[in-house]
Amino acid sequence: MTAQLPALQILLPMLASALCVLLRSPAGAWLCFTLATWASFAVSVLLVLATRSGAILSYEMGGWEPPFGIELRIDALNAFVLLIVSGMAAVMAPFARSSVLAEIEQTRVYLFYALVLLCLTGLLGISITGDAFNLFVFLEISSLSSYAIIAMGPNRRALLAAFQYLIMGTVGGTFILIGIGLMYMLTGTLNMADLAERLPAMADSRTEKAALGFIVVGASIKLALFPLHAWLPNAYAYAPSLVSALLAATATKVAAYVLIRFIYTVFLPERAFDGLMLSELMMALAAIAMIAGSVVAIFQHNVKLLLAWSSIAQIGYIVLGAALVTTAGLAATTLHLLNHAVAKGCLFLALGVIVWKTGGARLSDLAGLGRTLPWVGAAFVIGALSLIGVPFTGGFITKWYLLVAVAEQELWLLAGAVVLSSLLSIIYMGRVIETLYFRAPSQGTTRSEPVPVLMLTSVWLLALLNVAIGSYSEPFAAIARTAAGQLLGGTP
Amino acid sequence: MQTFLGLYNFWVVIVLMMIGFYIVIAHDNLVKKIIGLNIFQTAVFILYISAGKIQGGTAPILGEPGAVYSHPLPHVLILTAIVVGVATTALGLALIVRIHEAYGSNEEDDLLVLDRREDSP
Amino acid sequence: MRQHTLLRVCTRMLVPLILIFALYVQFHGDYGPGGGFQAGVIFAAGIVLYALVFGVEAARRAVPATWLRILSAGGVLLFAGTGVVSMLAGHNFLDYDALAGDPVAGQHIGIILVEFGVGMTVTGVILSFFYVFAGRGRRD
Repeated sequence: MTAQLPALQILLPMLASALCVLLRSPAGAWLCFTLATWASFAVSVLLVLATRSGAILSYEMGGWEPPFGIELRIDALNAFVLLIVSGMAAVMAPFARSSVLAEIEQTRVYLFYALVLLCLTGLLGISITGDAFNLFVFLEISSLSSYAIIAMGPNRRALLAAFQYLIMGTVGGTFILIGIGLMYMLTGTLNMADLAERLPAMADSRTEKAALGFIVVGASIKLALFPLHAWLPNAYAYAPSLVSALLAATATKVAAYVLIRFIYTVFLPERAFDGLMLSELMMALAAIAMIAGSVVAIFQHNVKLLLAWSSIAQIGYIVLGAALVTTAGLAATTLHLLNHAVAKGCLFLALGVIVWKTGGARLSDLAGLGRTLPWVGAAFVIGALSLIGVPFTGGFITKWYLLVAVAEQELWLLAGAVVLSSLLSIIYMGRVIETLYFRAPSQGTTRSEPVPVLMLTSVWLLALLNVAIGSYSEPFAAIARTAAGQLLGGTP
Repeated sequence: MQTFLGLYNFWVVIVLMMIGFYIVIAHDNLVKKIIGLNIFQTAVFILYISAGKIQGGTAPILGEPGAVYSHPLPHVLILTAIVVGVATTALGLALIVRIHEAYGSNEEDDLLVLDRREDSP
Repeated sequence: MRQHTLLRVCTRMLVPLILIFALYVQFHGDYGPGGGFQAGVIFAAGIVLYALVFGVEAARRAVPATWLRILSAGGVLLFAGTGVVSMLAGHNFLDYDALAGDPVAGQHIGIILVEFGVGMTVTGVILSFFYVFAGRGRRD
């Protein structure tokens, strides 16, 4: 059965999604969602164990051998991204039960779960496939379902946010499609490993550079890299709580993976970064994103918007590591994919509990809740500390790795930007924590029943994960180093 | 001259793509944005399909041996992309219907004004 | 449309033909041009034509929205189920060789099942689009 694991990784959520539509009952759909995410998490753990030593798994869809058929190809980086996506979904499943019932219309709950599962199918598919066109198809599956679940948000602004995301996302997806088409015209193949072998013969052709340009821009839109980030804040702020948490923890990570995979595996770094100033451009944009995102976050009154703007700053860290073109930089990026997912997931979930309790996510809704909901407040603080990068949290580990990688290249200005962005994050997270603990509770109406244990379980699992990674990061760091080595070694 | 006439399919693609892109950026009406997006996507469909065309080639159906036929793979790929385009259009239009019901308008400027009015009571 | 006798009579004659043509495209797909996508759209188009002439309510009575939901999800399950069967037989996902002793026969069976799943889903989804848009704004 081990040989079939790669196919199962995508199949489980896809089958569960169809089952949800047939089941139609909210409780049944939730159970289906939970079991599917747990099973696919188990599969991804097995895949990580199989690939962490540097082995590469290849799976031939339909028994057609690559490059003719579609190949699923898993190396250390893929497996790590799969682990993040399915792990986040699995952890958030208990939270989903009450939160979704409170925010989504009763008759639409089963459709909501079906769409979330489809979105997961797409994200897992992007991460696992070794075929460029297949990647585009999964990208659109995940994008289309995420537009729909964002639009199910309780406020009418969710509709406009989803529409704007749809326009930007489709342009981004189509750019990637153009890039893949140009590569296909040059080489006649769509398999990524095969492309990597054939493209060097086409070096110096302008078509190849255009293809790289289209793919980088397309992936950057999906990644919400500054200045292509306009869709992200509203989409995350007005989506249902579960969707904000899940997308913030997984969707941008997968987009970052697409960018890294195409630049490092398909185009090979020495040609991708040569003569196009891509590395310098990405570093500059990352630095601007880190600082601008944090500055805008300081002035937000809606905490969901604040966290969304902080995501834009965090995407800067992820891109910065990838732009350094060193093993240390790539390892820092890979680790930050995990640590940002865990920290942001924790913050959005804790906020989701507060939204469930008070019905709003403005700063005034949070006032004094640290005392009335001590467990939720404490989890929020742990997530915030990790985001800032305090020692013994996951965020510290990646910032350390990133600073070391930047210092290795003697790019002191960038190191300054990383530190400045961290200081700014103290200000905006500090504002929220101050409101949580030192403001008098507002007079708004709140639910009288206590917070469900299932919700708290999810929040605390993530909070503890932050501390666990911060205290003992070696297993993850080892995987990240293997992944970085594979990317720079040129073996897909 | 060769570059202009010999590669005319690419010129068609570029012109269509820019028309679509311009509509998406310049128009406030959400329905027109979706139409622009459709034109933009159609340009990419033509890019793929024209790449698979072989001069004098027939439809790629198994027949007499030795016949020259067009490359079928780009067509199949684009069939998938067309389906994606249809789904995007349907979802976009559905969102517009919901936006119109919630706001009473589908001009982006009006919607932003309504949102801003809500922010400053 | 009640007064357009010509339209009503022609539609009555055309709709069955369209549906049969859709089934032909569906099941001939493994030998010649055709397949689930095209067949699903043609099938849905037949019912859309019926709805345009006789009213959406009549179409809803003929093909209720509940069926469409089952059709869309069932198609995905049939598609993926075919793949799972070949996995259980020890081959890779969607390797149709596993479905019969003879690989050629297996490929035929596999492609017919998978395309039928695609056809079901496409019919269900396209008709759902139509019902959702056609039913909007009539209630108030």
